[in-house]
Amino acid sequence: MSSTTVGELVGPSDLRAKDTGLKGIFDGTFRVLLYAALGLALGALALLMWRTYSEGSPALSLDLLSKPPSERPAKAGIEPGVWGTLIVTGVCAFLAIPTGVATALYLEQFAHKDRWYNRLLDVNIQNLAAVPSIVYGILGLAFIARGPLGWGPTVKTAGLILALLVLPTVIIASREAIRAVPSSLSAGSLALGATKWQTVRKQVLPSAIPGIATGSILAVSRAIGETAPLLLLGGLTFISANPTSLDDRYTTVPLLIFSYASSPKAELREIAAASIIMLMIIILFLNGIAIVIRNKFQRRW
Amino acid sequence: MTLPLTRNGAPVSLRATGALRRRNNVERVVRLGLATAAFVSVVTTVLIVLSLLEPTVEFFQEISVKEFFTTTRWAPLFKPASFGVWPIVTGTLWVAVIAIIVAVPTGLGAAFYLSEYARPRVRKFVKPILELLAGVPTIVFGFFALTFVNPELVARWWPFGVSNQNFSALGAGLVTGIMIVPVVASLSEDAMSSVPDSLRQGALALGSSRREVCTKVVFPAAISGIVAAIVLAASRAVGETMIAVLASGSRANLSKDPSEPMQTMAGFIAQAGSGDVPTGSTEFKTIFAVGATLFFITFVLNMFSIRIVRRFRQVYE
Repeated sequence: MSSTTVGELVGPSDLRAKDTGLKGIFDGTFRVLLYAALGLALGALALLMWRTYSEGSPALSLDLLSKPPSERPAKAGIEPGVWGTLIVTGVCAFLAIPTGVATALYLEQFAHKDRWYNRLLDVNIQNLAAVPSIVYGILGLAFIARGPLGWGPTVKTAGLILALLVLPTVIIASREAIRAVPSSLSAGSLALGATKWQTVRKQVLPSAIPGIATGSILAVSRAIGETAPLLLLGGLTFISANPTSLDDRYTTVPLLIFSYASSPKAELREIAAASIIMLMIIILFLNGIAIVIRNKFQRRW
Repeated sequence: MTLPLTRNGAPVSLRATGALRRRNNVERVVRLGLATAAFVSVVTTVLIVLSLLEPTVEFFQEISVKEFFTTTRWAPLFKPASFGVWPIVTGTLWVAVIAIIVAVPTGLGAAFYLSEYARPRVRKFVKPILELLAGVPTIVFGFFALTFVNPELVARWWPFGVSNQNFSALGAGLVTGIMIVPVVASLSEDAMSSVPDSLRQGALALGSSRREVCTKVVFPAAISGIVAAIVLAASRAVGETMIAVLASGSRANLSKDPSEPMQTMAGFIAQAGSGDVPTGSTEFKTIFAVGATLFFITFVLNMFSIRIVRRFRQVYE
């Protein structure tokens, strides 16, 4: 690729000569445009973080975590939201991760890939991953909060809907992790007389765990920040008590951010910004862990 | 290990017994359990369709399809109510089109850089940051649009003056565009990386510059993956809710000026659905009718994208 070598070979009639003309200008411009594109994306992220920080820092204090929501800025906090987020996300993770990993195992290890129903399953999951989150809210409103299940606007409703929402993410990430395990590993195990399930449990799954963990952490971090479907599931109502059981009403940190941000009072917007800082710290932390796991523990085969 | 086929002259069954049979039963139970888990996502899709279908059908028994799709006043929560969905469709389109205009060059540029220009060390550093952009919750983007992009950028720099400092389809669209950059970038980069190196080497050997490799070799070879990425990103932009609710405004507005506040379909659903809407009321059914329209649009986009991806995978794998 090194053109100097080519030039040396060819001698005085340098092959690079034409690069210095119009083509060279185009090449340079193109490179600058690529840097600009990347700079715009990263710059927007930096600007977003800096703006939120400068707006929220006056109101930022750990007291926010121990005060209930309020219309009055001095008294306003996000305590029930913190507990709500913890318990709703917990329910979500508890439901979504095992189901997602099981689905991934089925599709990668047990299913006949050519059968029409397994292909349909695959397309179905890819589509579900791209269904707008608000539509999951509609599903919850029709069948879970009201309708057949009638669970009301409770923690378990929210947890279940978020679980269904992040399920495709868990499945897709787990499938990739499972697919990355070399087939020689399972072939060896099967040749030694192990059954399919023994092979999966003792060989495939342990090797795929880092990838599955990365995907699951990212899915949970998405669930923590999810807001739209919960708007339809009663999360926006004023709650000052912390949820203690699955049947309690709830609110979450993103929902409180939404109601503070929608307020015309500048001080309440400050509280929204301060809450965003805390939310972002958690999400950055989870993303960081996911990246570390991927870089350090995932074996390259 | 040889199994005796006869014992004392009598034929012996080869069927598994004892531990072997238990082992086979475990296999069967596990397989069934895993298949059941896989079935959950099928049930989800069926339930989504069912949940949308019945109230939507009931909605159209009250409001004619013609009124819904051809009239131009959307005020389902007011009296007198009117149900012309067009204003919130155009609001959605404004936001999505602006988002795509932002995201396509930015995302493709980032993808070209990461796939064709960046050294491995830089790549290893930049990629996680782009992924972080994908991990920022939409509520955070919405807040950014509401408190910064609308008042500080749109209101200040829009050359024709704005009617509202805080809400605009333009601001919501710009920020939605930033939000979907990682979708365009990461899927396009996947497509570009799967272009065989031999094509690049061939082009370089013939005297192409890196730019020419990008635009004349990698881009055409990866075009189907890139189109799929853009379509999927469009689907995300169409369904984006929190940015629209916070920054695009809550007034349906059929306008040619993107700096005006406009309601989107997802924004309407969130706004109308966050109150305590009585089950079975027209208001309640309206949420589902709009939801069905939104689901249909994103479904078509998703399927288009999935199909293209499948086709392009077959080419190189």
